[in-house]
Amino acid sequence: MKKDIVILGAGTAGTMMSNHLRRALADDWSITVIDQRTEHHYQPGYLFVPFGVYEPEEIVKPIEKFIPHGVDLVLGEIDRIYPDHDKVVMGDGKEYNYDILIIATGTNIAPEEIEGMMGPHWHKDVFDFYTLEGAVALRDKLRKWEGGKMVINIAEMPIKCPVAPLELAFLADAYFEHRGMRDKVELVFATPMSGAFTKPKATEKLDYLLKEKNIKIVPDFNIMSVDGENKTITDYGGEEISYDILVSVPTNKGSDLMERSGIGDEINYVPTDRGTLQTKVKENIFAIGDATNIPASKAGSVAHFEGEILLENILRYVKGEALKEEFDGHANCFIETGHGKALLIDFNYTHEPVTGTFPFPGVGPLSLLKESRMNHMGKMAFKWIYWNMLITGRHLPFVSAQMTEAGKVFDD
Amino acid sequence: MEKTMAGTAIRVTEEGYLEDFNQWSAEVGAEIAAEEGITMTDEHWKVIDYIQDQYKNEVPLTIRKVGKSGVIDIKGFYALFPGGPLKKASRISGIPKPVSCI
Repeated sequence: MKKDIVILGAGTAGTMMSNHLRRALADDWSITVIDQRTEHHYQPGYLFVPFGVYEPEEIVKPIEKFIPHGVDLVLGEIDRIYPDHDKVVMGDGKEYNYDILIIATGTNIAPEEIEGMMGPHWHKDVFDFYTLEGAVALRDKLRKWEGGKMVINIAEMPIKCPVAPLELAFLADAYFEHRGMRDKVELVFATPMSGAFTKPKATEKLDYLLKEKNIKIVPDFNIMSVDGENKTITDYGGEEISYDILVSVPTNKGSDLMERSGIGDEINYVPTDRGTLQTKVKENIFAIGDATNIPASKAGSVAHFEGEILLENILRYVKGEALKEEFDGHANCFIETGHGKALLIDFNYTHEPVTGTFPFPGVGPLSLLKESRMNHMGKMAFKWIYWNMLITGRHLPFVSAQMTEAGKVFDD
Repeated sequence: MEKTMAGTAIRVTEEGYLEDFNQWSAEVGAEIAAEEGITMTDEHWKVIDYIQDQYKNEVPLTIRKVGKSGVIDIKGFYALFPGGPLKKASRISGIPKPVSCI
């Protein structure tokens, strides 16, 4: 009898899983991917759009281009998941039954969660760069801007790609310098964390870089509201920061689908086992990528590492075997620091980012937690790797799903 | 490292979070609170109870989650633990530094 796997979401994680599973499963399994969008965005590219490094068309491709033959792509809005009936119901009433469900619906910004953020000033003086529209609006603003105070703010954690706001600050510094107007721009980085990053060794390094680039950090700033008319943000403690341009990373939330289905947490992330990626909703529902509530970074590299482990676990589940609790929270992120340089960090649930070499111990060519041109080239090459290898579920050479300690300098 | 709190040697991280939740007691909590400049009241303890319950059930905490808990709203949470409420409350609760910041 034919069996069904349904994947919700054709972003990085969902597309990758459809490729993994089609290769691994025989024809008695049918695979369906459901998404409401027609475009697949290379989201790490949003960061570069405001500074004119990437044009929007370079980072957008049709979704169906990456869904393999033998997988059905359904375009439409998902209304609800019914775990007790093993089915998904669409907005138009159509139903899809499944034997296994994979939730890969990702995370989105929810600017409406911050009082006063939405309004006539949205995408005029207040911008996001986690959507293509926001990144393009910021680009257009910067092209005409003559200087003033630019405030970059993270509303609250967790957010997708936690290093992106810092990268935006570094790239803005380089951009204004390149345009010969750095002396006319005041850059402020206001964050709810107590430093640039929460992992101590990386924070030390990144705090230093902020200082070197004359970017003022305001730590422990928990935004309560935006006053668009007077161009001020206020935190819960009463502290105010004025701005001419506010670049916000608003509250991030999972898909509303979880709220409608009654299976998400208070910000619509799906409770998931951090080792196996099986959800706590039901044994035949798995989750991957930004949609889960596991304490790992919400980032494409994490989804990639999770993908190899989720594939293994789904194959085990199909055979009725025990799942492997293998996901270690591995993340690997380039941090663009401007002027053609970047840092690289590699970490997991238990090991914070440290210095060293990657991926070959003692050799590199990439250096961990240290600025280098080679790291920047790695970041730029990643766009090709993403479109050609990552989302189609190819194993990346020399990079293992689980973090490796070799080549790293740990103190203890 | 070790630190003497409430008359016992307690293992803490560099940032002063308890390494072993089992070493926690209300006296230890009150002493950490004092270091943060906070005098504990019933209101504070209600929040600490909630946070410890979530921790025991392995539920990752966020400021928003505490704000929606019904125990306290976000503004009240800030008023009780000024500055970094989740970090301070986690420290006083004897649980690790919030992991949602990754």
